[in-house]
Amino acid sequence: MKRFAQLIQELELSNKTNDKIEALVNYFSEADESDKPYVIALFTGKKPKRPIGTNLIKQWAIALSGIPEWLFTESYHSVGDLSETIALVLPTAEHTVEKPLNQWITELAKLQGKTDEEKKTYVLTAWNSLTTQERFIFNKLISGNFRIGVSNKMLVNAIAKQSQQDANKIMHSIMGKWQPNSISYAELTSGSHVNTDNSWPYPFCLAYALDTEPENLGDTADWQAEWKWDGIRGQIVKRNGELFIWSRGEELVTEQFPELHFLKDDLPDGTVLDGEILAVKDGKVLPFSTLQQRLNRKTISKNQLENAPIGFFTYDLLEHKAKDIRTSTLSQRRTWLEKIIHQLSQKNKVLLSPIISFNSWPQLAEIRETAREINSEGIMLKNINSIFHSGRKRGDWWKWKINPYTVDTVMIYAQKGSGRRANFYTDYTFAVRDGEKLITIAKAYSGLTDKEIKEVNSFVNKNAIEKFGPVRTVKPELVFEIAFEGIAESKRHKAGLALRFPRIARWRKDKNVDEINTLDDLRQLLMTKD
Amino acid sequence: MALIEFTNKGIYCKQGNFYIDPWQPVDKAVITHGHADHAKWGNKNYLCHTLTKPILTERYGLFDNVETIAYQNTIDINGVKLTLFPAGHVIGSAQVKLEYKGEIVVVSGDYKTEYDGISTAFEPIKCHTFVTESTFGLPIYKWQPQQQIFESIKNWVAGNLQKNKTSILIAYSLGKAQRLIKHLAGNEPIFAHQTIANLNQAFTNAGVALPSSIKITSEIKKDELQKGIVIVPPALADSKWIKGLTNPAIGICSGWMAVRAGRRWRSADAGFALSDHADWAGLLTAIKATEAEKVMVTHGSTAIFSRYLNEIGISAQEVKTQYGDEEEAEEKVVENEVKEEKTKI
Repeated sequence: MKRFAQLIQELELSNKTNDKIEALVNYFSEADESDKPYVIALFTGKKPKRPIGTNLIKQWAIALSGIPEWLFTESYHSVGDLSETIALVLPTAEHTVEKPLNQWITELAKLQGKTDEEKKTYVLTAWNSLTTQERFIFNKLISGNFRIGVSNKMLVNAIAKQSQQDANKIMHSIMGKWQPNSISYAELTSGSHVNTDNSWPYPFCLAYALDTEPENLGDTADWQAEWKWDGIRGQIVKRNGELFIWSRGEELVTEQFPELHFLKDDLPDGTVLDGEILAVKDGKVLPFSTLQQRLNRKTISKNQLENAPIGFFTYDLLEHKAKDIRTSTLSQRRTWLEKIIHQLSQKNKVLLSPIISFNSWPQLAEIRETAREINSEGIMLKNINSIFHSGRKRGDWWKWKINPYTVDTVMIYAQKGSGRRANFYTDYTFAVRDGEKLITIAKAYSGLTDKEIKEVNSFVNKNAIEKFGPVRTVKPELVFEIAFEGIAESKRHKAGLALRFPRIARWRKDKNVDEINTLDDLRQLLMTKD
Repeated sequence: MALIEFTNKGIYCKQGNFYIDPWQPVDKAVITHGHADHAKWGNKNYLCHTLTKPILTERYGLFDNVETIAYQNTIDINGVKLTLFPAGHVIGSAQVKLEYKGEIVVVSGDYKTEYDGISTAFEPIKCHTFVTESTFGLPIYKWQPQQQIFESIKNWVAGNLQKNKTSILIAYSLGKAQRLIKHLAGNEPIFAHQTIANLNQAFTNAGVALPSSIKITSEIKKDELQKGIVIVPPALADSKWIKGLTNPAIGICSGWMAVRAGRRWRSADAGFALSDHADWAGLLTAIKATEAEKVMVTHGSTAIFSRYLNEIGISAQEVKTQYGDEEEAEEKVVENEVKEEKTKI
């Protein structure tokens, strides 16, 4: 476990991707062979069933540390993580024990079905033999929630580097079905349990934001304009009878979207589509908030399938008749793509992302203003002779997004952060005016500079009206401009609507609370959208 | 009548007609230690420990109006007996003991109970009323013995050297910086930011024995810095100057680093939970040793800490002061000094 604790520390101490990858590479070169598959399982969220409930663990920790429960709760507010709070408040361990990680995990799994007393003896003995950092990990092993800033992609890149294998093969391999107790690291990296030859995707071609007037792009005839959709960029791969759906993060998400599985039968072998995964009903794109209900779920209920149906808007064709056609021109690729899409059996699930016809740049600018009406976030401009580049490349593709919405609000609640931020109010709640009242409209985690945070902090300290645990009601005085990407009806929010991706655009020191927007302003925005 | 009261200017002793660590200008200020949230500029007369004077001179240019006394020496101010005792926080830091008609009050400023090898060790004083900080007044704060922390720092530096990285430690100019120099001196040369070097010079002039360190100037080459240990105050943590060094690796030395969120909040490469404040156990031990009937909690986790004290049978209350923005106040001093230095050139 020492080596794993060291890895976690290294991963947490650095905020640079390269350092993290290096730490992972070193780990996979040096660690206990049988630990490695367990670490991959932990980091990719393959968690075993939880052997002990949170409340038991918490009560044992409180009893052992001899502090009252309220003080434990205050400590938790400050730390922000239960496993860590427990690790910190427990008395220092009396001795040390070193067991490999896989042994801890196996032992914890065996607690399943034991009595609470037996579980307690095991956990207390473990706590008394581990350092603070090791205890934190041990507690995390119990909860199974190992979120430490390692994305699947980062993990895959590190394993690929360490084992000198192709990253996409590794991704396919670790996303496949396997159990850490019955597979070796070598088997995992060679992908012997899956056929990685069929799945590999191409690197996505990405666009820069248009930073000039579109007139500077020259003749409109050289440009294909499409809507820019706000969903999950995806690639659909069909080879040798197998179907794979990759997300832009180069993660395999095939299982999450059963609506698209008909492509396994419909698409010819040797076809790779580029497009956007969206919530789609009757061929129309639904807001991102609908798609969100379907993301990062292990299982999908019937309800979710009905309320948030998924579709795929195709942009491009990368592989045709088992041939890489990325260096053909966009217009040629589009012709082939249209043919393939027209042959599909279900017309309203997988569609062509429509091409916008336009004759002049001013005309296109006008069309762009209507993007929000169809849940698009602007326009994509692609040179008709462009190849499908690997990654971001200036010149051939541009995204021309519409500006975010903004609303002037007043801060009404402030909450302290955790850890070092426990001393600063960094989480704010904002309100707009609703008649004589103020009504909560968005919560945003700072977005201010350190200097501004300090300023807001001293304001909160001087103007707090009421305390609710870590939350302070403050005098409604500070006006902030909130930017957001969309607005939707919401039963969960008191205001009856919810903003998508709200963040602080700027602190409007020039405005006072009488000048903020009203709930009616937002309702109107919602109506014009529908 | 109470011997001290908390006014909008600071902690006031009416019988003696003086203030302790006032935050508004007053006629007579007794200063517990040199950090900028406790030692403010602009008072008419100062009284502090012998080794706090060089700090006030270096930072504020004060000299003639600063009276000093050594630890354990008592002076009489209008019938109030005032004695300074070591607080173990930074060089020169003192607890102020006031005695008047048999009543004893101790104002401790900031303190830590572990001896750091450079500030005179903390000494508990029996009293009726004890005024305490509670910066780290939560049971999650438990410091490792400092030797262990210095071992970690040394290992980190050694690793950086191997990887051709420059080791930069972020530490307060006053206190933490001298503590680091004292314990890290030996293998690599230590380079100190001017605000630290100036204080070191002031301390050396006052007779404090400090291992040698090199003041950072524009003449020192980057590869010399890469082979040494660079110590700078928090104000420079995100500076262009640091980013311009050879493969900079930044290690923050602060008690807040004990918690993961604290480490992540600062974009640092390493965090070392080295603090000049008492941890949870340290605070409780210190307070119990005073046998005080009444404890007043001035800054930090005041509400939580005083509630806990009351629950364990120690009568405590929180009081509102302007201490505790140590970091912000210290940064301002450093920024001003850096500005002054620039205008000189």
